Amino acid sequence: MTSETLEARADAATAAPARRRRRTPHWVPYLPYLVPGLIGFVAVIGIPFVMNVWYSLHKWKGGLAPMTFIGVENYANLLHDEQFWTSFRNSVSMIVAMVLVPTLIGLVLAAVLFDYLGKKFGSRTAAVLRATYYLPQILPVAVAGVLWNWILNAQTGAVNEFLRSIGVTNPPNWLGDPATAMPSVMLVLVWVQIGYPVVIFMSALQRVDPELYEAAELDGANWWRRFRAITIPQIRPETFVVVLTCTVAALKVFGPIYVLTRGGPEGSTLVPSYYSYLNFFDKSKVGYGAAISNVLTLVILVVAVVILVAQSRSERKEREGV
Amino acid sequence: MAVTTADVAAVKASRVDQRHRTGAARWGVLAGAVVVAVVMLVPFAIMLLNAFKSPGDYSQNGPLSWPQALYFEGVQNFWTRTDFPQKLWNSFLISGVVAVAGTLLSLLNAYAIGVGRIKGRLWVVTVFLLATMLPQEALIYPLFTMAQEVGLSNSPWSVIIIFTVIQSAFGTYLLASVLGTFPPALLEAAALDGAGRWTVLWKVVFPIVRPTLSVLMIFFFIWTWNEFFIPLVMLTTNDTQTVPVALASLQGDRMMDAPTTNAGALISLLPALIFFLIFQRTLTRGVTAGSVK
Repeated sequence: MTSETLEARADAATAAPARRRRRTPHWVPYLPYLVPGLIGFVAVIGIPFVMNVWYSLHKWKGGLAPMTFIGVENYANLLHDEQFWTSFRNSVSMIVAMVLVPTLIGLVLAAVLFDYLGKKFGSRTAAVLRATYYLPQILPVAVAGVLWNWILNAQTGAVNEFLRSIGVTNPPNWLGDPATAMPSVMLVLVWVQIGYPVVIFMSALQRVDPELYEAAELDGANWWRRFRAITIPQIRPETFVVVLTCTVAALKVFGPIYVLTRGGPEGSTLVPSYYSYLNFFDKSKVGYGAAISNVLTLVILVVAVVILVAQSRSERKEREGV
Repeated sequence: MAVTTADVAAVKASRVDQRHRTGAARWGVLAGAVVVAVVMLVPFAIMLLNAFKSPGDYSQNGPLSWPQALYFEGVQNFWTRTDFPQKLWNSFLISGVVAVAGTLLSLLNAYAIGVGRIKGRLWVVTVFLLATMLPQEALIYPLFTMAQEVGLSNSPWSVIIIFTVIQSAFGTYLLASVLGTFPPALLEAAALDGAGRWTVLWKVVFPIVRPTLSVLMIFFFIWTWNEFFIPLVMLTTNDTQTVPVALASLQGDRMMDAPTTNAGALISLLPALIFFLIFQRTLTRGVTAGSVK
């Protein structure tokens, strides 16, 4: 929704004040209002970002240790670092668990709640169900991770205590076995994530003209056809927003990994952000950690740009098509 | 066009047929949606069941049994061990100041961009938007070093400054688009009355965008409260930690038995839950108000 309004505004903005600006630089007196924001931005984001790039060109143990300039050696080493590649391969699993599955399930749940259950059982029922799905979203993700870490704990966890009580003699070590750790983490992330698309999509459906549905219903279109022909195309802008924000979040994910598995066992759940954290604060390889975080930044920006371009293309196609 | 009675009858029949079918199907769909809701709630239910159950009761009767007697030592353990009131205060101070300062900073930026229409505003907005996507790992080590240099290491103020700027990057992006559609007639009327830019901001713009600002403030508060990575790195001692960091840093500790872990998770998520319940109404109202604009 925001991207849409922003673009509409940008169109209007370039048209209108271009005339006004020629007479007087109307905007100059407004510059002081931007000063505090710009100072903060430069100090907290601009300078640190440049410094991080600078660090990545050095071999440095951090603190007062000497810094040796080594050029792009850190980046060259990354190419041969198996753990680095593993961490980015695991990012794909993160995207499946935080973007793909929640968006697909979220679409269906939102459409069912809005278009079916909301009409058959009243909007209160739909609102209560929506709030339930959203519940994991409001708690600190670290807290959710600690809770799940205990639930999945091999010895004292709720799942295995339950399995043993019904006679399973050797229940799996969910988070401690390389084979089950990643699926377990993914399951937790789906649980955390699912409420977000449901809420966004349900609010998106509110601006869809109900007459569209009524007309389709009169034409004899069943629920699935209405879902495919009306719901999905109508809420495409929100789908892009959800996919963009969730993909960025999936690439950045740190907290759940930190509290669930610390990247283990045997690196099976290692992700780029945690790998760079390890190098910064555990292995004291600051330059190397900085290089990893810069590659991650680059990947995120490329992915974001790809999604934004796809979005503007689909919007253009839609405008031309109709 | 003439409509034959047969047509009408056929339509009626199909309507009845449909109603009959959906009558049965709707309970199935409802059951499916409820099952998903139950699955979402199971971890919370397990947490509640085991937060007040003694360790002996837990190992004997398992995680799904009703507690034989209410056991409060888990809560007590966690509360005293973490000095929970202090963690609560740390989280509250950081999130509260960030919510107010971040919203203020967003408003000032957005006023220059949306109302002032400064040159190159599209670039400014784009840079702010890209900044919201940066991984915090790409900033953390320099920020850590800088905080040490200016004497703010292990200080809540370092975290407050960082999050004020990070949150306001998103806030600026959002508010600039809201203020970009601000009715020019109002601004012109105020200018005719001789109001300066500062007066216009607080007497004309601020009252109108207040619902959006309150939503932004609530979001900033919740997001900052839930943040983990930067507080984990910047707040290095026990007495400065926030609630989520305190809970996570006790993981693997020997005193963290089942009731203590669950009680800890429970009282750590309660503030976020309470805050959300209090402001849920404002959120819904504000979101709709924002979208109408």
